[in-house]
Order: sequence, then C-alpha cells, then structure tokens
Amino acid sequence: MSVHDLEKHFQDKIDQETKIEPLDWMPEAYRKTNIRQISQHAHSEIVGMLPEGNWISRAPSLKRKAILLAKVQDEAGHGLYLYSACETLGITREETINDLHSGRAKYSSIFNYPTLTWADIGAVGWLVDGAAIMNQVMLTRTSYGPYARAMVRICKEESFHQRQGFESLLVLSKGSPEQKAMCQDAINRWWWPALMMFGPRDTESTNSDQSMKWKIKRKTNDELRQQFVDMCVEQVKLLGMTLPDPHLKWNTDRNHYDFGEIDWNEFWQVVKGNGPCNKERLQARKQAWEEGAWVREAAAAHATKKQKRAAAYAA
Amino acid sequence: MNTSIRRFFYGDIPGQESAGTPVPQGPKNDWPLWEVFIRSKQGLDHKHVGSLHAADAQMAIENARDVYTRRQEGISIWVVKSQNIHASRPEEAGELYDPAADKIYRHPTFYDLPDAISHM
Repeated sequence: MSVHDLEKHFQDKIDQETKIEPLDWMPEAYRKTNIRQISQHAHSEIVGMLPEGNWISRAPSLKRKAILLAKVQDEAGHGLYLYSACETLGITREETINDLHSGRAKYSSIFNYPTLTWADIGAVGWLVDGAAIMNQVMLTRTSYGPYARAMVRICKEESFHQRQGFESLLVLSKGSPEQKAMCQDAINRWWWPALMMFGPRDTESTNSDQSMKWKIKRKTNDELRQQFVDMCVEQVKLLGMTLPDPHLKWNTDRNHYDFGEIDWNEFWQVVKGNGPCNKERLQARKQAWEEGAWVREAAAAHATKKQKRAAAYAA
Repeated sequence: MNTSIRRFFYGDIPGQESAGTPVPQGPKNDWPLWEVFIRSKQGLDHKHVGSLHAADAQMAIENARDVYTRRQEGISIWVVKSQNIHASRPEEAGELYDPAADKIYRHPTFYDLPDAISHM
C-alpha cells in the first residue's frame, strides 16, 4: 500500500471509532503527537506529587495523612500507567525521563504553584484534580488504545482525589473564622491557575485541529474550560465560599456562565519556566533521579547475581 | 520535540536473530520491561493490565502488586518479559481472520428448529 492509501485507511479507522493499537500503521505525526502528549501527561502525574508531598508530614490528622499518602501513591501509579502507554509507541522510558530533565518535555504548569497552607491540599483536590478529570474523562475515548485504557484506570481512581479535596474544604468551611479564611484564600489562589490548565484559547491553540481530526482530543480547550466553570460555580455554593471572578454571571442566551479573562501573560510566563516553583520542581525531580541511581544499579546487579547462581545450580 | 522512534514492544521486538531494526543496547542497569497479567478473582482468567520495568521477576511482581492491585483488583499476578511476547501482525489480519467470517454455520443461531424443542 502507498503511504497515501495507508493514511486514508488510518483515517477511516479513526472515523469509524476503531482504536489504534501499537502494532498498527500510523502516521509519524500521530505517533509523535501521542508521545508528546502522553509523556507530558505522565510527567505531570509525577511532578504533581511534589506540591502534595510537602503536606504529608504536616497533615492535621492521621486520617488526612493516610488519605494524602494514598493519593500521592496513586499519582505515582498514574505516572507509570502513562509512561507504559507511551513506551508502546517506541520511545524508551529513559528517553522520556531525560526529556523531562533537560526541559525538552513539559509538564502541567499548575504544579509550578506552591501549596502554602493545608487548605491548598483541599483546593488542589477539588479544583486541580477536578480540572484534570474533565480532560481525562474525554481522554478515556481517545483514539490510541493504550492511552485510552490507561485513562480508564486513572479516572476510576481520580474521582476519590477530587472528592477528598472537596470534603476537606467542606470541613474547613464549617470551622473557625481562621479556617474559613484559609479555605477562601486557597480557592482564591488556585481558581485562575486551574482555569489555565485547559490551555490556550481555541483560537491560539496550535495542535488542536489535527488532534481533533485524529480524535486524540474530542473537545476543545474552551469547551472543557466552560464545562469546568459551570460545574464549579454550583459547587462553590455548597462550601459557602466564592470564586474570585467578578465577571461570573449566568448567560441565558448561551446557557453557560460567562467568566472573566485569564491573565494570559501569567500563563505564558509559567509555561516558559518563570512560575513560582518551576526551578524547584525540576531540581527535585533531577535530584530524586540522581540519588536513586545507586538503587537502580544495585537492583540490576542483584538480579544478575541471582540469575548466575540459578544458572550455576542448574548446570 | 525531536523524538527518535526505534523500537516497538508488544511482541514484535526485533530480536538478535530477526532481520528487523537492531534493538539499541541501553545502559547495563536499564531494567527490562515486563507485561503484567492479573486474575481479579478466583475462577477468572488472568488479564493483561499493563507493563512496568523491574530488575527481575520477583521485583516485577512486587511492583505490580503496588501499582495494579491497590484497590483489591487482584488475587494473583503473572509477569512476563515483554520481549518474550510474540504477536500476530496487523498486516496479516486478513489472511488470519477473514476465513472465519463466512462460516456462519459454526454458530448455533444458524439452525432453524421448531419452537417445541427446548433446551437445545
């Protein structure tokens, strides 16, 4: 078959909602877009452990500590599901990790913001995981099979993350005046960065059209963002708190909430590496990788030794 | 991002003896990739759930326990090195599976029987 025929056959499969599997023919650009997106997603899960890890030893009760530990462990697992899916496209784990460390690969900018108080952990669960879920639910139907399957697994677990976050804020919202203030402050600081998680406006987004055609994405950045805003405006009422946007208003024509303009300058600054914690996060990842080198080497040496012993015993 | 695509997992890893692209040799401490299969409950088959890297089989099972059974998803784990999985090729799907398509008489619903017959 000529490349043109292969491409047509490929697009037909996508149009008929047939999943693409690792051994199937695919255009190089499809492969690369998926590698870029899945590895970026994997890195986000791993880097995302850092702002939360900060509070494991500071959680206010044993219950909250156990919950946070379980959540952070889940994030590690999610990173692994995604790295594995990425590897089916022909890139090695080491290459993906090197790309993160060299700055060639990105991770979600949201994790470049600091978690300043305990309420931030609740706000991260409710808003950050909430925004991530909107995207991830869509991705359970993405066209690349291993990615879609990883997302199904992740979505099942992610729902606990969002619920524990909201519940934690709910407790604070019924607490002392200081706790209420802390809750509102965390919401104020996380709201806009959470909206930025959906990426640039559709008119500015470079990869969107092709990704929609290939059904890697099924909803645009702006559609998902709107869905998220509509949901949160209702949920924040249950907390008795407010969202820090004076322009939030129900629009009867659109049947959606109107909302204010994102500070796109801040968005691009953080993407380009100038957010509050960019350097710290990458540094922490590199340090963990380097300081873990002896463990990887020792385990490999141990495995070789055991293998040799077993071979000698068999001989 | 300038990504080099070199090898494929899931059964078509060009081995030393095969004619495909040579697999690059990673550093010595590069742990191999393992495929993980989980039996969710007694009486059911093991099912493929994903993959992970580990130095040896024991570590692969321990890591699979931590990654794939955190919520009681399994009671038994199989791991197998990914390079030991052989797969049929998608290009051969026609020859392999099309011949089954016109043999509808292999299905019980092909046969018209009187309504009076039950339990058949």
